[in-house]
Amino acid sequence: MKFINEYRDPALVEVLMERLHKEVSKPWSIMEVCGGQTHSLVKNGILRMLPDKVRMVHGPGCPVCVTPVHLIDKAVYLALHERVILCSFGDMIRVPGSQMSLLEAKARGADVRILYSPLEAVSVAKENPDKEVVFFAVGFETTAPANALSVIQASQEGVSNYSILASHVLVPPAIEAVMNDDDSQIDGFLAAGHVCTIMGMEEYYPLVDKYRIPIVVTGFEPVDLLQGIYMVVSQLEKGEARLENQYERVVKKEGNVDAIGVIHQVFEVSDREWRGIGAIPMSGYMVRENYSAFDADRKFNIDIKKANEDPNCIAGLVLKGIKKPQECPQFGKLCTPQNPLGAPMVSSEGACAAYYHFANTLDKNL
Amino acid sequence: MDKVSINQLSCPMPELDFEIITLGHGSGGLLSNQLLESGVFDLLSNEYLDQHHDGATINLTGRTAVSTDSFVVSPVFFPGGNIGDLAVNGTVNDINMCGARAKFLTLSFILEEGLTMKAFWEILVSIRNTANEAGVKIITGDTKVVERGKGDQIFINTTGIGEVHPTAQIGVSQIKTGDQIIVSGPLATHGVAILSVRQGLEFETTIRSDTRHFNHIVPPLMEAFGSHIHLLKDPTRGGLASVLNEVCRDSRKGIDLLQTAIPVLDEVNGACELLGLDPLYVANEGVFIIFADSEVVPGILEYLRQCEGCEMVSVIGAVTSDHAGQVVMQSAIGGRRVVNMLVGEQLPRIC
Repeated sequence: MKFINEYRDPALVEVLMERLHKEVSKPWSIMEVCGGQTHSLVKNGILRMLPDKVRMVHGPGCPVCVTPVHLIDKAVYLALHERVILCSFGDMIRVPGSQMSLLEAKARGADVRILYSPLEAVSVAKENPDKEVVFFAVGFETTAPANALSVIQASQEGVSNYSILASHVLVPPAIEAVMNDDDSQIDGFLAAGHVCTIMGMEEYYPLVDKYRIPIVVTGFEPVDLLQGIYMVVSQLEKGEARLENQYERVVKKEGNVDAIGVIHQVFEVSDREWRGIGAIPMSGYMVRENYSAFDADRKFNIDIKKANEDPNCIAGLVLKGIKKPQECPQFGKLCTPQNPLGAPMVSSEGACAAYYHFANTLDKNL
Repeated sequence: MDKVSINQLSCPMPELDFEIITLGHGSGGLLSNQLLESGVFDLLSNEYLDQHHDGATINLTGRTAVSTDSFVVSPVFFPGGNIGDLAVNGTVNDINMCGARAKFLTLSFILEEGLTMKAFWEILVSIRNTANEAGVKIITGDTKVVERGKGDQIFINTTGIGEVHPTAQIGVSQIKTGDQIIVSGPLATHGVAILSVRQGLEFETTIRSDTRHFNHIVPPLMEAFGSHIHLLKDPTRGGLASVLNEVCRDSRKGIDLLQTAIPVLDEVNGACELLGLDPLYVANEGVFIIFADSEVVPGILEYLRQCEGCEMVSVIGAVTSDHAGQVVMQSAIGGRRVVNMLVGEQLPRIC
C-alpha cells in the first residue's frame, strides 16, 4: 500500500535501530503524547526492539480516556431520553460512565449510533426532524475542525434539532501538566503528528524554551516513530532542546489554516477537566456564545452530579506516564477490556488496552 | 459439462397477487400454501422436497458430519452476494471443516412482515443456485413470519449433513508441535465488503464479498493428504486472530505467526487502515485455515493454488511448544507481539 509500506520497511527500521543503539549513551525517558503512537509502538513490537536505555512513557493523548465521567453520564442520560438520537465515534460508546456506558444504554433501548463523521450526524438530524440529534464531540485538536464544521453547517441550513456535546482537549496544556507534575521525569516528547497537521508547530516553541526539552513532531508508522525517537535522543545526547518536525510530509509549520479558522469560529479556549488527571486551565474548547443553540450542554441544561472514579483504577497515573499499565494491580485481573474499570482499558488509543491486546504476558519486562 | 455462471441462473419471479410478505404467509394456512406453491417449491424442487412431507428421510452410511448456523447479516444484500449465498456457503463450509462433503441442507426462514416478495425471490434464487453449485440438496424447511419491527427483513437458519472422508482425523487434539498453518486466501474481504455498505459507514469501494463454499475443494484435499491434515477451521466472526486463539487455548500449544505471510488484498488493507480495523479480527467467509504436517505442505499449496479463490494460499505460521496458549506474531518490521482474541466488536478509531 503506497504511503504506508514505505514507512513499515524492515530494512529502514534496521538502519534506524542501529543508529539509535549507537547514539544512546545515557538512560532517557521519552513520552509519546498520542495514544495512536502508543498503540503503534506496542502493536509493531517496537518497545521490545528499543535499546534498554530508551524508556518510552505513554502520555495522556487518548481523548476517550480523558473525557470526564460526568460528561459520559450526561450523554447516557440524553441517549436514554426517548426524543434523542445520540451519535458518537465508535470508541466512546464502550467507555464506562458512573452508571453505564452508551453501549449498555443502547441495549436498554437508547438510540445510539456510531458514525465516522459529525457531518453525517447533521444528515441524521435532517432525516429525523421530530427528534433531537446530539453528536458526542470528543477529541483533541484533530477532530475539532469536523465537529466545528458540523455546527456551522447545521447553523447555515437551519437544522435546529442538532447539537454537539463537546469535550475537546488540547495537547500543549497537557504537556505542561505533565512537566509541572513533580512525579513525572520526562526528558523529551514525541508530539502528535495528526494534531500538528491541524494546529501547526507554533504552540510548541514556548514549551521547548520554558522546560528546556526536545519536542519532535512525529508520525505513526514504525519508521516515523523510530526516526522521531532517534531525533529526540540525538538532541538529548548533545544537550540540545529544540522543536523538530519528523512528520514533514504531512505537518506544515503553520498547520491547516482553514481548519484552524473553522475551529476558532465555533470554539473558544476554556478550562477543562481531564478524567484521571483533574482540571487543567485553558486546556480545552467550549462552544462560543453565538453558537450556543448548538451546544447540547446549554440546550439541555441537565444537572448531572460529578461522579467518583472507581478507587481501584490508577488511570490518572497511567495517563501522566507515572505508572505503566501492567504496574496496576488490577491490570488483566479486575480490569479487562470486557470489564474495564477505567477508560484507558477501553479505547483503541488507551495505553492499558494496547498492553492488554498486544503485549499481554509476553512483555512483562516492558 | 461446462461450468455455468451463477449469473446465468437467474429465474423470473412468478406472477403473484401479493408484493410483500404479511403475517398470513407464516400462518400455515392458505397464504402459506400460496407462498410455497407460487414457485418456492418449484424453485428448490428435488426428490426430497417434492414429497411436501413434515420431514425428509435420508440414508446415511459411514461417519456423518452435522452443523447448524443462523444468518442475520445486515444489510441483507451486499457487494458480492446476499444472505442466501451465505446461508448455503456458511453451513456447507462448517461441514467441510469436519473433513466432510456436504450432501444435504435444511432451510428455515424467519421473515419480517413487509419484506418484499422481490427481495425474497432474489434470495431464494441465490440459495437454489449456490446449493446446486455446491451439489447439496435442500431436503426440508420452514417459514415463519414475525411482525414488522420484530426482525430485520429476513433471518435464515440452515443445518447441513455431510459424509466425512474415511481418512479424516480432524480435531484440535490432533495438532502437533511443528504443524504448519496455511490460510487458503486473503483475509478480511467479506467483513470489509459488508462494512462498506453498512448504514453510517458507507464508503465507495470495489471490494466484494468472497463468500464461497469448499465442497469441491476439501474432499479432494482429504483424499490426497488424509490424516496429515490435523485441523480445518473457518475463521468467520472474530476473524483469524480469534480462531487461532481458540485453537491455542484448546490444544495448550502456542502459535507463531508471520505478519508478512498473511495475505490481505491491497484495497482491503487500505479500507482497514482508514477505518481503524485490524484485518486479523475482521470476519471472513471465503477462506479456511489448515493445520498440517510440514511434509505435506508443498503438496497442499500446489493443489490449492489451482483452486478458485485459493490462488493466494500462504503458509502463515506454525504450532510451537513455546508460549502455550498464546498466538505471537512477528510484525512486518521484525518486532513481536501477542495477538489476542477479539473483545466485543471491533470499533472504529476516533482520530
